Amino acid sequence: MLKRLARCIREYKWPAILSPICMIGEVAMEVTIPLVMKVLIDEGTSKQNMQIVVQQSLLLVLCALCSLVFGVASAFFASKAATGFAKNLRHDMFHRVQAFSFSNIDRLSSSSIVTRLTSDVANLQMSFQMMIRIAVRSPMMLTLALISAMNINMKLSLVFCVALPILVLALVLLVPAVFKIFDRVFKTYDKLNNVVQENVHGVRVVKSFVREDEEVQKFTGISGSIFKDFCKAERIMALNNPIMQLCIYGCMLAISWIGAHMVIASGNNEALGLGIGGLNSMFIYTTQILSSLMMTSMVFVMLTMSRAPLKRCYEVLTEEPDLTSPAENAVITVDDGSIDFENVSFRYSATAQHRALRDINLHIPSGATVGIIGGTGSSKTTLVQLIPRLYDVTEGCLKVGGVDVRSYDLQVLRDNVAMVLQKNELFSGTIKENLRWGNKNATDEEMIHACQLACAHEFIESFPDKYDTHIEQGGTNVSGGQKQRLCIARALLKNPKILILDDSTSAVDTHTDASIRKAFREEIPGITKLIIAQRISSVQDADMIVVMENGQIEAVGNHEQLLSSCSIYQEVYESQKKGEE
Amino acid sequence: MPPVRMRGDGRKAKNPKKTLSRLLGYMKRHTAILIICCVCIVISAYASTTGSENIGNLVDDFITPMVESGSTDFTPLLQYLIRIGAIFAVGIVANFLVQFFMVTVSQGTQKQIRDEMFSKMQRLPLRYFDSNTAGNIMSRYTSDIDTLRQMISQSIPQTVSSIVTVVVIFIAMLRSSWILTIVMLFTVTGIMLVTVKVVSKAGKYFVGQQKSLGALNGYVEEMIHGQKVVKVFNHEDACKEEFDKLNDELCKNAYTAGKLTNMMGPVNNNLGYIQYSILAIVGGLLVVMSEGKLLSLGNLLTFLLLSRNFNMPISQISNQINAIVMALAGAERIFELMDEEPEVDNGYVTLVNAEIDSDGNITECPQHTGHWAWRHPHNDGSLTYTELKGEITMNQVDFGYVPEKTVLHDITLYAHPGQKIAFVGATGAGKTTITNLINRFYDIDDGKIRYDGININKIKKSDLRRSLGVVLQETNLFTGTVMENIRYGNLDASDEDCIRAAKLANAHDFIIRLPKGYDTELTSNGTQLSQGQRQLIAIARAAVADPPVMILDEATSSIDTRTEALVQKGMDALMQGRTTFVIAHRLSTVMNSDCIMVLDHGRIIERGTHADLIAEKGTYYQLYTGAFELE
Repeated sequence: MLKRLARCIREYKWPAILSPICMIGEVAMEVTIPLVMKVLIDEGTSKQNMQIVVQQSLLLVLCALCSLVFGVASAFFASKAATGFAKNLRHDMFHRVQAFSFSNIDRLSSSSIVTRLTSDVANLQMSFQMMIRIAVRSPMMLTLALISAMNINMKLSLVFCVALPILVLALVLLVPAVFKIFDRVFKTYDKLNNVVQENVHGVRVVKSFVREDEEVQKFTGISGSIFKDFCKAERIMALNNPIMQLCIYGCMLAISWIGAHMVIASGNNEALGLGIGGLNSMFIYTTQILSSLMMTSMVFVMLTMSRAPLKRCYEVLTEEPDLTSPAENAVITVDDGSIDFENVSFRYSATAQHRALRDINLHIPSGATVGIIGGTGSSKTTLVQLIPRLYDVTEGCLKVGGVDVRSYDLQVLRDNVAMVLQKNELFSGTIKENLRWGNKNATDEEMIHACQLACAHEFIESFPDKYDTHIEQGGTNVSGGQKQRLCIARALLKNPKILILDDSTSAVDTHTDASIRKAFREEIPGITKLIIAQRISSVQDADMIVVMENGQIEAVGNHEQLLSSCSIYQEVYESQKKGEE
Repeated sequence: MPPVRMRGDGRKAKNPKKTLSRLLGYMKRHTAILIICCVCIVISAYASTTGSENIGNLVDDFITPMVESGSTDFTPLLQYLIRIGAIFAVGIVANFLVQFFMVTVSQGTQKQIRDEMFSKMQRLPLRYFDSNTAGNIMSRYTSDIDTLRQMISQSIPQTVSSIVTVVVIFIAMLRSSWILTIVMLFTVTGIMLVTVKVVSKAGKYFVGQQKSLGALNGYVEEMIHGQKVVKVFNHEDACKEEFDKLNDELCKNAYTAGKLTNMMGPVNNNLGYIQYSILAIVGGLLVVMSEGKLLSLGNLLTFLLLSRNFNMPISQISNQINAIVMALAGAERIFELMDEEPEVDNGYVTLVNAEIDSDGNITECPQHTGHWAWRHPHNDGSLTYTELKGEITMNQVDFGYVPEKTVLHDITLYAHPGQKIAFVGATGAGKTTITNLINRFYDIDDGKIRYDGININKIKKSDLRRSLGVVLQETNLFTGTVMENIRYGNLDASDEDCIRAAKLANAHDFIIRLPKGYDTELTSNGTQLSQGQRQLIAIARAAVADPPVMILDEATSSIDTRTEALVQKGMDALMQGRTTFVIAHRLSTVMNSDCIMVLDHGRIIERGTHADLIAEKGTYYQLYTGAFELE
């Protein structure tokens, strides 16, 4: 898993390597500096030897400058490496997602992909930077300081053998306990956010049913449990700092006491044991050792916490797109708009018991207008989604223009099969920009023509900025019916051989709906048109109407035939005609 | 030194002083704890500085004399160490107490603000939600509150503690040598200048980084949610290209911001060392040249030791103040929400259960009787009861969402109890708006709306809404089981009541086929259900509320016609004896209405029964024939 993610470092390999190296340099300087200071004080200042003072001060400045250079370089490299890593990771993930099929997206879910691409990557960026900086710095500091301390006096360093295990034990006891609580808190946070989100989105429902008080109760319940958990966690954490101080101060006192004995015993002779200067340095190392241990443990915790986002990003990177163009000899022209279903069955996932489509056999000649009608869950949408190969058939064979869809180059196939999805999406940008999704090079005339066919021209002209009107994200500033008509126009601009409208005029009033179909019939007779609709009126003039029921074709025929032979069709027709005559 | 941690989007508070004082107001409740904490912070900071100072003196005051005199009497040293140990112990305890007690303050304040914000939000009028995006509102509950928590639990205590430390050290330094203190003031100012410059530069790039991050995340969100459209249009390559552009931009900005932030640590640290050597040289010269008169050797040594602890708290303060300013911007946004005008409710007419005897006399009673009455208190203290029948009248109503633009003109209508009134018209004609006025989601500008003869402005909003059942255009379900979602309509409903309502809405059949039937958990607005199924549940939810008046806003628009026919049957049963307002695109659902209103640009242009309107051969006739006579 780490290997795959490490591949995202790529061109930032050198910064990623140089940053820890510079960091080691900085740490080495930081450990050296106390030694220089010691000489400065002991030999220079204390003995009022100005020559040594100046000499050592300059050395100190030199060390500080070195450390500064190393530190700043490490900072630069780390930032370069971390942001570069994040960039590549995002790039890899996004490009991967672009290759996903519908079933990949269904499996991972859109909102989850968004989270992975945004906050998870941000988390990993932080962790990565931490890994190449602090995770190098702290253990390095710990080791170097410990070595220096042992170098000064082995026996005195044994104090750390007592203090370190105590600190480690405390951390081992505290951190997992806190970690567990925080884990729970974050889940509760999600719940809380969910409540707020649902509340904001469903504000009309809440108000209609006068459920404000219940909502507040629900909210305070959850925020109460966050409060409780957080307090618990932070109270445990409150021990952290004092324990740390206890260890540091304890060590200092112990070192003072034992050290004093040693200094006296040796008669302040470094060679015989411990001198005063050595004792002073021990104090500095004490702080360095214990605080870097603390940092190490924190880094460790933080890195453990990034395991979850790591896994989630890895999942995206390794999710195999299960629909690809044939590797070679892909067919690159679609001859005509005929469609053939031959014994087609389909399941949404290999493990699903339920077959969404069963034994579909259907021939649609090029240029025909086909209406598809059926109840909720009768798999109408599933049927048409197979045509541009948004999903692959499980059994049987689906042909477009006489060729199995799996033999086509995907892009060619989808360019020739335009589909207006049930869940229409417009993107932020002008109307023109949205329309150009259908055809990048469309001229103004072509766009206007397409909009006229889709009965969108008129309302677009009524906007102050006309075709340059800005569409908000998700198309929130146009009505449902207008959005649907824009989506139809966008699909028409592709100039496809097959046009599929999946319940795409449900929000359009019946009159406009009729005009759109009339325009289709008169202006684009050569295109095969598949229209999924709820209204009989939307399909009754089609060449062929397919009635779906439970994933099977119940009947095929024209309006009159079905009216006389198909009971489901009759029922629907009656229900819609009720009260008219 | 920890790297500068910046949160929020880099915006600064407009009125930080006011916001801060208001925020402190929230902590008033915890005054006692805060005082204890402040005392403890002072003790802790003082203990740790003097403790360290004493350790520093240990060598000079005890060990060196002992070495020189050759004494082996360790008693004075032991006593000294015990004294330092005691100081440290007090400091540690004080430190623990601060951390321990501050939790209550920071979390308590956070909870209080959060709860207050949410309950305040429940009282805001719909207008607020119209003019603020969900994401915008959400961010107040997430990032803004989070920065606030950081500020209360970390920034403020750290700032206080740093200030105390700085003061204590500063006094000690002055005591050691005022000359060196002056020298040091210069060097510290120099360091501060560098720091401030780096911070402000980092801040600028940080804003840039947040901006490009926002742009990129927005793009990702939009494209991923529209991924299916992207696929259908073969738009993958264009998407990748645009994405890469934004991604590079972000990388560039993040790099600059990140490197400046990372730099802060080493820069501060090492400038500190340089300062140390300057002080050592200057101090050494002073000692030598004045022969200890201006500065004694002992004082110099102490001063040097002190100076090493001086810089850290200072850079802490500058960092924390930055964080506080950020957090105040978040707090300001939270307070903004809290300061919004709540929904006005001057209603005093309430809805009560009632018993009606054979003479038509109404008496109030606590239990459910199947009858309701409006309880109408009058100025003279008397009470009258009006039976709840469900008669709605609108008289010359004008309304606009914004004052400049009237969207409904002169609407007058009568809905007698039990009648079905239908609204027909193009999108934007004002159909939904009319129903929004009946349950007072919005208040009318002019005219009168009466419910059973009572001006709806006099009716308590909650009771008015309780008496109206609504199935909205957009279905919103809540996380929870199917049963809980249906029960949302009537919290007192038993499981049987809910199932009965589901049967009425014809939702029962599909619900029992769900993996866990009525106990199936719905998440994120019921994504696992089809749009039609969600609407069926919403209808069941309205049915279980059993209200005398129903508003059905395009409720059946995406249920297939067969299901709709079944729903219609159930609805017709539900509508029995209830006043109903129906908005639908399909004329088939409104044809049996008692009265059909055809709306155009906020005016009623035609009204009558289906037969009347057909005979009139006006707009309705055209719509009607447009649907069924295509040629």
